[in-house]
Amino acid sequence: MAAGPEGGGVTATLLPHLFGGFGGAFEFILHKQSSNVTGGNKVGGLEKTLELVWTQIYVSALALALAMVIAIPVALYFGHRGKGELIAVGIGNAGRAVPELVVIALVATVIGVGVPTLTIALAVLGIPSILTNTFVGIRQVDRATVDAARGLGMTEFEILRKVELPLSVQGILTGIRGSTVNIVATATIAPLIGVVTVGDYILGESIYGADGVLAGAIVVAILALIFEFALAGLQRRLTSKGLQLQAQ
Amino acid sequence: MNSALIGMPLAAVGEVGEGFFKKRTEGSLGCQASETHLFCWDWAKDNIDRYGTPTLQQFELVIISVLIGFAIAFALALLAQRFHLLRSPLLAGTGILFAIPSISFFLLLLPITGRGRLTAIVALSAYTLQIIYRNVMTGLDNVPESAKDAARGMGFTDRQILWKVEIPLAVPEIIGGLRIATVSTVALATLAVFAGGGGLGNNVLNEANLKFPTALVIALVIVVLMALACDVVLLTIQRLATPWRRAPKAAA
Repeated sequence: MAAGPEGGGVTATLLPHLFGGFGGAFEFILHKQSSNVTGGNKVGGLEKTLELVWTQIYVSALALALAMVIAIPVALYFGHRGKGELIAVGIGNAGRAVPELVVIALVATVIGVGVPTLTIALAVLGIPSILTNTFVGIRQVDRATVDAARGLGMTEFEILRKVELPLSVQGILTGIRGSTVNIVATATIAPLIGVVTVGDYILGESIYGADGVLAGAIVVAILALIFEFALAGLQRRLTSKGLQLQAQ
Repeated sequence: MNSALIGMPLAAVGEVGEGFFKKRTEGSLGCQASETHLFCWDWAKDNIDRYGTPTLQQFELVIISVLIGFAIAFALALLAQRFHLLRSPLLAGTGILFAIPSISFFLLLLPITGRGRLTAIVALSAYTLQIIYRNVMTGLDNVPESAKDAARGMGFTDRQILWKVEIPLAVPEIIGGLRIATVSTVALATLAVFAGGGGLGNNVLNEANLKFPTALVIALVIVVLMALACDVVLLTIQRLATPWRRAPKAAA
């Protein structure tokens, strides 16, 4: 097993230590390595890593879609009616207190393993952020604007679609962004639920070694940051010009 | 896959190890046979002592990390308030830290700070920065100009205005941020096990408990209760610190 630095010795030997540690990890991502548990089968390598990354993106996308399909309509409905504020904010707060690791492990033991179970579990973890932010976004739309729309003869559905929705895009996207980052991050421990994502490198130290663990951490971090930046860019582009001016 | 799971926990259990082999009585084994039960009281009664040390470890991680995070974020916010050019870069910087998945963060620090509590504390405090920084900024920005003008008219210096007017008026938002940061840190600290930092993750990520609902439910309940307790304490502090706010509306 590759020898990762095990604590201590931080001062003088920091730099070689540092590059030594991460260098092995990058090597692991790019080229197959021999492992002492798999009986000669090589582990890691670019091809395998990309395959795991793809699984992680795939299950994350599934879960995000499910979370959006559930959370957005509910939040739109209650936000438009102005009801359930305590519940919506409460769900957002409660969502933060939930330890993902325990939930995923619990779902795996009680419900079982597999992609459908994982999708539902990840979606449940992603719902609070979308629900709360969408709700708050709709509620923050100026009531005078809504009244004006009503005065123009718009139906309630038209008000929601043509006035409240465009004006609360920021809130909705903030929610989706938060929940995406959370889902992608949590998909790292998906191997606990039987779906092999990049997290397998992390959870399988005995097979992949310290380099493999670190490689998994690097890949997951890059993956999450790509999503974060992409969604931040999208958010900027989807905000109407008027709102952008207002913000400045 | 199975062996993959065994590898990590054994390495990570660390100091709670001694309690681990001590107390596996026959009663608890009977429970394990019926894995389908969501909760087994006998096992819980028999093994609750195993959660003591990890719970304390987790609480300690939370308190230390939030305090460090608060000190840094508060200083950054004051700096940004003074030099407006720093506002966006600091927001973006803390935002990037916040976007890195926590498991990755813990593991990426390993080659630098080594396995142990230090790594967990560094990562956990880094996570609180964004939340606290943003709330302190919002709080300070929302102080009405008229209040500052009045203070200036009374002969306050800029420093006095900051500490006697702006910061006290921003307390609801500041503690609001502290509440969000603390509650999320309680949950995140469960992952400190990946950094060898102890905590309740130890009771989750080991071969026996990972497949045993009762053990997981206990960990879940402790984490949620700890988060709730921290939230209530901070909410009380917020109320006591802002006697002029009659309406008890939480900033979070």
